[in-house]
Order: sequence, then structure tokens, then C-alpha cells
Amino acid sequence: MREPAAWQAEVAAALRAEDGAAAPAGLDAEDRARFRVYRNNVAVGLTGALAAAYPVTRRLVGEAFFTATAKAFVAAHPPRSRSLALYGAAFPSFLAAFPPARGVAYLGDVARLERAVLEALHAADAAPLAPDVLAGLGERAAAAGFTPHPAARLVASPHPIGSLWEGHRGGEGPVRVEARPEAVLVTRPGERVLVHTLSPAAGRFVASLLDGATAATAAEAAFAVDPDFDPLTGWRPLLAGGALVAVNLGDPQ
Amino acid sequence: MKTTAVLVSSALAAAAGLAGTSGGAHAQDMVKCYGVALAGENDCAAGPGTTCAGTSTVDYQGNAWTLVPAGTCEDTVIETADGREVQGSLEPLERDLPEQS
Repeated sequence: MREPAAWQAEVAAALRAEDGAAAPAGLDAEDRARFRVYRNNVAVGLTGALAAAYPVTRRLVGEAFFTATAKAFVAAHPPRSRSLALYGAAFPSFLAAFPPARGVAYLGDVARLERAVLEALHAADAAPLAPDVLAGLGERAAAAGFTPHPAARLVASPHPIGSLWEGHRGGEGPVRVEARPEAVLVTRPGERVLVHTLSPAAGRFVASLLDGATAATAAEAAFAVDPDFDPLTGWRPLLAGGALVAVNLGDPQ
Repeated sequence: MKTTAVLVSSALAAAAGLAGTSGGAHAQDMVKCYGVALAGENDCAAGPGTTCAGTSTVDYQGNAWTLVPAGTCEDTVIETADGREVQGSLEPLERDLPEQS
């Protein structure tokens, strides 16, 4: 009788091995065949989870490439949770560093956006701040900080990832996209994930606010990116996306 | 700083006034559907204490929900996002990495 821990380690290693690799010792011929089915189902389940989580990435690179890449990722990053709903957090950085994908410079950032969409989908619900509360802040808004919605994510890129994502997520056919940096705000104020494409300066404003900066500090950061930054282009997606759930005015002195 | 404070405050007031009008958002149009659960998205709606989370070995189980594009709930084609049928998919996976240049 073997040690259970040793047996489990052997089974786990064999499950992650290539098809055709040896089954764990001690199985008869029938069980070895069954084990191969099990091993294949593990691989199919994990690569399928990635395909479901990164549909635009998959469309961008094509089925065969995606599957092969996913297989390589799965081998290097086995799941750490029993639920596969959020499996693949490291896939964007893996893609960005994956030598065969280097020719597609924006691929990792598009995958980061897709990851943000997935996380937003599964994030906790929260009630966004009502517009009249924000309107009522008046001049106090400049010194105010805000609590971000649990689903709110900001993904900034030197590539037009918002346009690429939008262009590739739906139908067929060629997608024409202007080369430019884009930031994307992902929110889920209700049951639907909302995606706003922003200028780099507006993205900087939003990122700073989501990080807890005051509005004035966030605006300064955005002006540093673009002196012509219009704060309205930062606030509008934040409000339309319900990205803020609380105002923090600090201690009035 | 004073200028920035005024700018950012008045812009918020303006944005709040505009809220409710279109902000350029693109809804992903995902709605919850019962009876269709892609592998890896088997979030369980059967309630706490059930054990279906993470144990779905095939793709479709009636007590789990998933999200499918709006409008396709009624006539869902049972096909995974990558166009294959994962359920019962025992064909060999693509093993070959693209040639590295």
C-alpha cells in the first residue's frame, strides 16, 4: 500500500503530462485507458475555460493557435481553485511573454481587457452613487476621494485595445482600427458589463480616482498626460458606468 | 491647483447633469440563462451548501447557470465559445506549438 500523498502527487503529475505519457503505476489496462480519458477531459476543461474567458483573444489568433497556447499555459499554470470561473488570471502576461505571439504586440493587453471583463462579471454587486449626490458636492468635489465599485477596472494600453475588442467581439470580417493608445474602463453597475474606451488622459484620471486619489490630484495627473484634458471626459464614463459607490470627504476641519 | 479644483468640480456637476444620457457605453449584452453552463462557468445558482461548483465534468448541467449573449437563450446552439463540442470531446488536442522563428 502506497502513501496516499505520494499516490496523489503521482496522479496529479500524470494528469498534467502529455497525452500518451505513462498512467500512474498500479492501474490495469482498462483503467489506464480510462485514465487517458480523464487526462484529456482535464485538458479540455481547462483550455475550454480559457477559450470561454478570452473569446476575443481567441478570435484574434485563431482556433489552432489559441488552443496550442492555452495548452502551454495550462501546463505551466494548473488551477489553484476548484472553480474554473476565474481560472487564467496569468494568461494575459503569459501571452505577452509567449514567443510565438510576439508578432501581435497588442495581444497581451487585449487579453488583460478580457480578464477585466470577466472579473467585473463575477465581482460583488454594489449600488452606484446617484448623480444628484455627486452634483450636490459642488466645490467640495475637488478634495473628495471616492470608493470604487468592486467591479470597476481600468486597463490602459499603448495600443487601441478598446477598438480592437469592440471590433473583434462580434461579427466576422476585417476590422479597421486606428493606431493609438487607449484606456478602457470596465464596470458592471447592474447585471451587464459596460466597457468605455477613453483617451490616455481620461484613463489616467479614472485610474487615479479608482486608486483613491482626490479628484483634484487625479485631474493634475491627467493634465500631466495631456494639458488639454477635459475633466468631463473622465467623469462621464465614471458616472455612466456606475464606477463610484461612495464619497469620502475626509474630516472637515 | 485652484484652477484645477474649479475645473474638476464644475465638470463633475456637468457630468452629473448629463448622467442618464448616453455615455458611450457598450453593453456586453450578457444575460443570465438557466440550463446552459459552459465548462469553467459553472457558477451555481442552486444555493449555498450545494456542491456543484467546480465539479461539472461535462458542459451542460441543468442546475447551473451561465451567461450567454442576449437573444440566444431561446435558441441556443450547444456549441462552446471556440466552436467545438466540449461535451464528449475526446479527440486529441492540438499538441504542436507554432514554429518559433
